[in-house]
Amino acid sequence: MTSELTMGPLLFHWPAETRRDFWFRVADEAPVDTVYLGETVCSKREPFFNPHIEEVSERLTRAGKRVVWSSLAQVVTAIDRRASTGIAEFEAADIEANDASLLPLLRRKPHRIGQYLNVYNEATITHLASNGAYHFSLQPELPAETISRLTEAAEAAGATTEVQVFGRVTLALSARCYHARAHGRTKDNCLFVCESDADGMELQTRSHHKFLAINGIQTLSHRYLELSAEIPLLVAMGVSAFRLSPHSLDMIEVARAYRQLLDGRISTDETFAKLAGLGMPQPVMNGFFHRKPGYLHVGAQPELS
Amino acid sequence: MSNQTDLLKAKPELVCPAGTPAALRAAVDSGADAVYCGLANETNARNFAGLNFTPDLLEQGIAYARGHGTKVLLAVNSFATAPRTQLWFDAIDTAARLGVDAVIVADIGVASYAAERHPQLRLHLSVQAGASSPEAIRYYCSEFNVKRVVLPRILTVTEIAAIHREIPCEIEAFVFGNIGMMSEGRCSLTNYVTGTSTNMDGVCSPANAVHYMDLPDGSKTAELGDFEIDCFAPGEHAGYPTICKGRYLSPVRKEPYYAFEEPVSLNLSSLLPDLIAAGVTALKIEGRQRSRSYVQAVVSAYRRAVDDIVAGRWHDLSGLVALTEGGKETQGAFQTKKWR
Repeated sequence: MTSELTMGPLLFHWPAETRRDFWFRVADEAPVDTVYLGETVCSKREPFFNPHIEEVSERLTRAGKRVVWSSLAQVVTAIDRRASTGIAEFEAADIEANDASLLPLLRRKPHRIGQYLNVYNEATITHLASNGAYHFSLQPELPAETISRLTEAAEAAGATTEVQVFGRVTLALSARCYHARAHGRTKDNCLFVCESDADGMELQTRSHHKFLAINGIQTLSHRYLELSAEIPLLVAMGVSAFRLSPHSLDMIEVARAYRQLLDGRISTDETFAKLAGLGMPQPVMNGFFHRKPGYLHVGAQPELS
Repeated sequence: MSNQTDLLKAKPELVCPAGTPAALRAAVDSGADAVYCGLANETNARNFAGLNFTPDLLEQGIAYARGHGTKVLLAVNSFATAPRTQLWFDAIDTAARLGVDAVIVADIGVASYAAERHPQLRLHLSVQAGASSPEAIRYYCSEFNVKRVVLPRILTVTEIAAIHREIPCEIEAFVFGNIGMMSEGRCSLTNYVTGTSTNMDGVCSPANAVHYMDLPDGSKTAELGDFEIDCFAPGEHAGYPTICKGRYLSPVRKEPYYAFEEPVSLNLSSLLPDLIAAGVTALKIEGRQRSRSYVQAVVSAYRRAVDDIVAGRWHDLSGLVALTEGGKETQGAFQTKKWR
């Protein structure tokens, strides 16, 4: 079976036109099989992109991409609840559930489980699969052995797994908006200050070490996850899809590099060199996979040819 | 606010932390209606050295609590992680065998195992499940027959009251103690920095990764793993380096600031009547990692307060501020949405 490459969801609050043009380019040029649309971080952002969602979705579908609607990761307020459950109303939609709120509405309807819904063991896979889940996007903090076991359990339940291989990694969610807080505001009067940080707002330690990135209620790693060296092992484990999390660098070229790697046309080192050439911030991280502190890069950094 | 008869009818259960057998006895002696504890392994979210119970100690604890009319709840509330899944199932079997009054679970796989193998075992949904909407709570109730939900510390009292009207189970709410800023069950900051995980290992900011360093100018840094979480001026209280309570630099701030939250403790004593009126069945005190004397002081004070409120008497919990982190307290998300 050919490994799938997937893109999204877009975590950051890019201006609506930028976001639209990004997905247009993905439709026209990116060698990805599946795209995840939908606002997963903040329901307040959703109205901005709504005018474009239909044309974006149509263009992606026409280009042969499978369009999946990824749901809000944390559901607290009435607006969150409407945003989350609203997508379940579209009968034909392929939905990725990121919060348990959606599960009752998806009962016995084929759906996907997103990386924000905690799946750490075989019994959880089996239970969710019996509810209709057919694809699991796994948590970035899982080590190799857990990924392997979960993929086996998914296969036994007739389901598949997906692992994020590129981009900043979600480390935490909160009810509080840290972007608003940094600007002396609150979530209710945020004025969408998160729009000015296309890849998140960087936090450094007091001794000026790069540490984290803030995206509204979400806290991300400062470092980019880059798992090209681990992809052969993930493929061998049976993981069927590899996720690229969008950033402001040229994601079309990022997708091309990973596609070539998956097709065996370039090596891990060549992939890394291409990503570095595209401006991927370094050092990158892969620690979680190796059961080490997540921010670390384990193994020799691939050599730049 | 409801009148006194309503409050009397709804006298809430006081649920208290028991990190050790000594703390368990202190909580029971101080008037806890229920105590909650964990086994000494990764199956609970306070997996710290020197804390928690072996099955034998738990059995003795249950006997002591029962003798005083106090319930015992077992937290099996981290996420069973393959290939170690059986460890969590064993914890559920132990809970059933010892006859605890309820197990507090967060993981869908663990809940599913408990509901199938031990249908008579009462299940509470841990705060670690992060069920913050009526839809999510109803899911756990219908799938696993959950009887009580411990609500995330991110809701206002008004929101709690609204949720109460829409769910078929009891509500337990935190009223005092450490307040984490991140949504429970959705934080891998500790794993990012130290390689041990809150969800998979039950550990947040482990002590073995903490270093304090005295600088020549008299200030002191607090590090977790390789990262400086805060730096304290000479004379300033040097707090424990928890990532979500550190001070950091941002491009939009001139000075280091608490990017997530200041090191404060939750104290909802003044909101107790409102919480009870909102339909909260159980009031939870955080602090399984705390000393016996701390547990004794907080539980006694809350016991008096709850009894005073339901009896319509004035109550005073001002003394509790001394027990809060850095002597600072907050009502967190509970009073107003502006917290967000």
